[in-house]
Amino acid sequence: MTSRTIKVNYLARVEGEGGMLVRIKNGRVADVKLKIFEPPRFFEAFLCGRSYLEVADITARICGICPVAYQMSAIHAIEDGLGITVPLSIRELRRLIYCGEWIESHALHVFMLHAPDFLGYADAIQMAKDHRNLVEQGLELKKIGNEVISLLGGRAIHPINVRVGGFYRTPTADELAPLGERLKHGRDVCRKVVRWSRTLPIRHYSQQYQFVALRHATEYPMNEGRIVSNRGLDITAREYDAHFEEEHVSYSNALHSVIKGAGAYLTGPLARFNLNFDRLPPSVQELAREAGLSGACRNPFESIIVRCLEMLFAFEEAIRIIQEYRRPDPPFVQCEPREATGYAATEAPRGTLYHRYSIDGSGSILRATIVPPTSQNQKMIESDLREYVSTRVKMPLDQLRTECEQVIRNYDPCISCSTHFLKLDVEGEQ
Amino acid sequence: MSLKPKLAVWKFASCDGCQLTLLSCEDELLTLADQIEIAHFPEASSAIVKGPYDLSLVEGSITTPRDAEWIQKIRRASRSLVTIGACATAGGIQALRNFRDVKEFISIVYARPEYIATLDTSTAIAAHVKVDFELRGCPINKNQLVDVINAFIHGRAPAVPPHSVCLDCKRKGVVCVMVARGIPCMGPVTHTGCGVLCPSFDRGCYGCFGPKENPNTESLAYWFERLGLRTADIVREFRNFNSNAPEFRAESERQEKRL
Repeated sequence: MTSRTIKVNYLARVEGEGGMLVRIKNGRVADVKLKIFEPPRFFEAFLCGRSYLEVADITARICGICPVAYQMSAIHAIEDGLGITVPLSIRELRRLIYCGEWIESHALHVFMLHAPDFLGYADAIQMAKDHRNLVEQGLELKKIGNEVISLLGGRAIHPINVRVGGFYRTPTADELAPLGERLKHGRDVCRKVVRWSRTLPIRHYSQQYQFVALRHATEYPMNEGRIVSNRGLDITAREYDAHFEEEHVSYSNALHSVIKGAGAYLTGPLARFNLNFDRLPPSVQELAREAGLSGACRNPFESIIVRCLEMLFAFEEAIRIIQEYRRPDPPFVQCEPREATGYAATEAPRGTLYHRYSIDGSGSILRATIVPPTSQNQKMIESDLREYVSTRVKMPLDQLRTECEQVIRNYDPCISCSTHFLKLDVEGEQ
Repeated sequence: MSLKPKLAVWKFASCDGCQLTLLSCEDELLTLADQIEIAHFPEASSAIVKGPYDLSLVEGSITTPRDAEWIQKIRRASRSLVTIGACATAGGIQALRNFRDVKEFISIVYARPEYIATLDTSTAIAAHVKVDFELRGCPINKNQLVDVINAFIHGRAPAVPPHSVCLDCKRKGVVCVMVARGIPCMGPVTHTGCGVLCPSFDRGCYGCFGPKENPNTESLAYWFERLGLRTADIVREFRNFNSNAPEFRAESERQEKRL
C-alpha cells in the first residue's frame, strides 16, 4: 500500500480562507476535500427583522469583491416580491454599474490572481519585475472598472447609491461623458489583453461539464434571464428551489449545491460564455473565434481567456449605455411594503447569484436565502481535482500541489461569499 | 536579505473588502512595493515570508475560538499592528449576533448546527490584543490606508481626523439632508473619512465609519424621534455596521429599553 497526500493549508490568491486536501492510495484518488475555514457570519439570520430597504446595504457586506452583485440580486428579489417594474433608463444604469463590477473583478482575477500561475510567479508584484507593462495594463483596466462603480455608486467597495426601485441619485449626462472616454481607452487596452491571453501556456484538460447560467432573449445576461443549462434546464428564478438543493456529503464538511437528479454543475464565466455565445456583440465574437473559442469551451484553464472576453464585452456594453443615456427622472420608483416573497438571480462575476426574501406587511424581512456562486461550484471544483489528479498520480508532489491550486484558481472561488453555507472546518490551519 | 520594512496582511471574519482596498491602490501599488516588502498577503501572493513583521494590517473580527488564539500569535509577531475597517475595529455587521442568541442564528443558517464552532460574540481586535492604530470605515478609504502605511514606515502619526461627517458636509457645501429634507442622517455622530458620500447622493449617512470622537448620540436619537422615526427604527440606525462600537451600542441599548 502506498499513500500520498497533497495538502495546502492556506490557499493563496483566492478571496477568503480555504485549504485543500487530496489523498492518493494505491495509485488512485481516495479523497478530495476543498476545505473552508472562513468563519461563518450568519447573514441570513441577522437579515431577519431588518427593513427591506436595508437589504442592499447589508448584503453588499457579504463580499468586498462583488458587492454590486449582492445589491443587484437583493433589490431584484425585493422588487419581484413587491411587483415593481423599473423603467428602461434605470435598468440600463443598473447594467452599467454591473459592467463596472465585472471589469474590476475580472481584472483583479486575471492579472493579480490567475496570470501569475501561467507565467510562473508568486504574485503580480513579482511578475511586474519582468512584465511591468502587462501588470500596469491590468491595474489600469481594474481602475476603470472601479471608476464606473464609484461614479454610479459613490465608491467602488460597498457602493451607497443603489436602492429598491432605482438609485438615490442619478448622474447627469455631463457627469457620465468623461467616463465614456475612459471606457473607450479601456476597450482598446482590453482588445490587446484578449490577444495576450491566448498566448499563455494553457494546460490540456477538459471534462463533460453541466453548465448553468442565465439566458436572456436578446442580451448577454447580467440582471435578468431564465436559468438554463446545456442539459435542458430552463426555469425562472421563482422555480429555483424546486430544481436545486444543497446536499450534505459525508466526506466533506461543506454543503454542496446540486441540480436535483442531475448532480454537480459549473456556474461562472465559462458557463455564461458557452450558453450565451450568440448574445455577444460581433466584435467580441470575432476576437473569441480568433482565440479558437466559439462557445464550446470545456477547458477551465481557458477561463482566463473567457474572463478577458467578458471584460471586453463589459467595456463595449458600458460604452453603448453611456452613448444612449437618458437620465432617469425620478431616480427611483416609489414603493410601499406589503406581505410578499420575492425571488431573483443575477450574474455575479463568478456566476449565478440567487436571493429569496419573505417580507411582512411593514417591510420587515421574515426569511432570507442567499446562494452564492462559489458554494454552487464547490462540488465541481472537487470533481475537477479528482479528475485532474487521477491521470497524474505519479507526478512529483510539489508540482502536483501547484497544479491542483491552479485547478482551484480557475474558478476564481470567493470563499468569503460562500461561507454562510459551509461548515466551519476545525482542522484548518493557517 | 531585504532591508525594506516588512508588511503583513491578516484576515478574520470579514468580506475581504478592506484588504482589497490595498489592491485597489492601482496608482500606488507598484511604488508601494518598491518601498516595503509585502511579506504576508495570501490573497495577493503565494510567497509567504516568515515574521516578525514591521507592520501588520488586520482585517476582520474575532468570532471563533481558533481566531481568538491566532490573533495573539499575530500580535507577538508584529512590531506595529493596525486594524483596518469596521469588522476589525468594532466587530462589523456580524456583531449583530451580540444582541441575539447565537444558537438561534446557527440553526437558521446551517443544517447541522452541532458542527459549527463559533463564539457567542463578534468582537474587535482591540478586545483581544493591543492595537497601535484603528482605521475606520466599511470599507476603509484607500487614501487613508496609504497614509497610515506611510505614517508607520516613517514613524509619524497618521493624518486621520476624528471629527464628524456632518462637519465635512458643511466644509464641502453639501446641503443638509436632515434639516432641508427631513431625511434621518447619522452624520452628526459618525466619524469622517468617506468624503460625505451619502449626503452627496441625496441620502442620509448610515454610520459605516462608526462613532466620531465624543458623539452626542442621545441628542441625535431625540431629533430622529422628532422626525417621526419609531423607536425600533432608531435602534436599527445605531445597530448596523458598527453596532458593537461602545457609543453606538450604548445608544441602541438605551433606545431598546424604551421599546
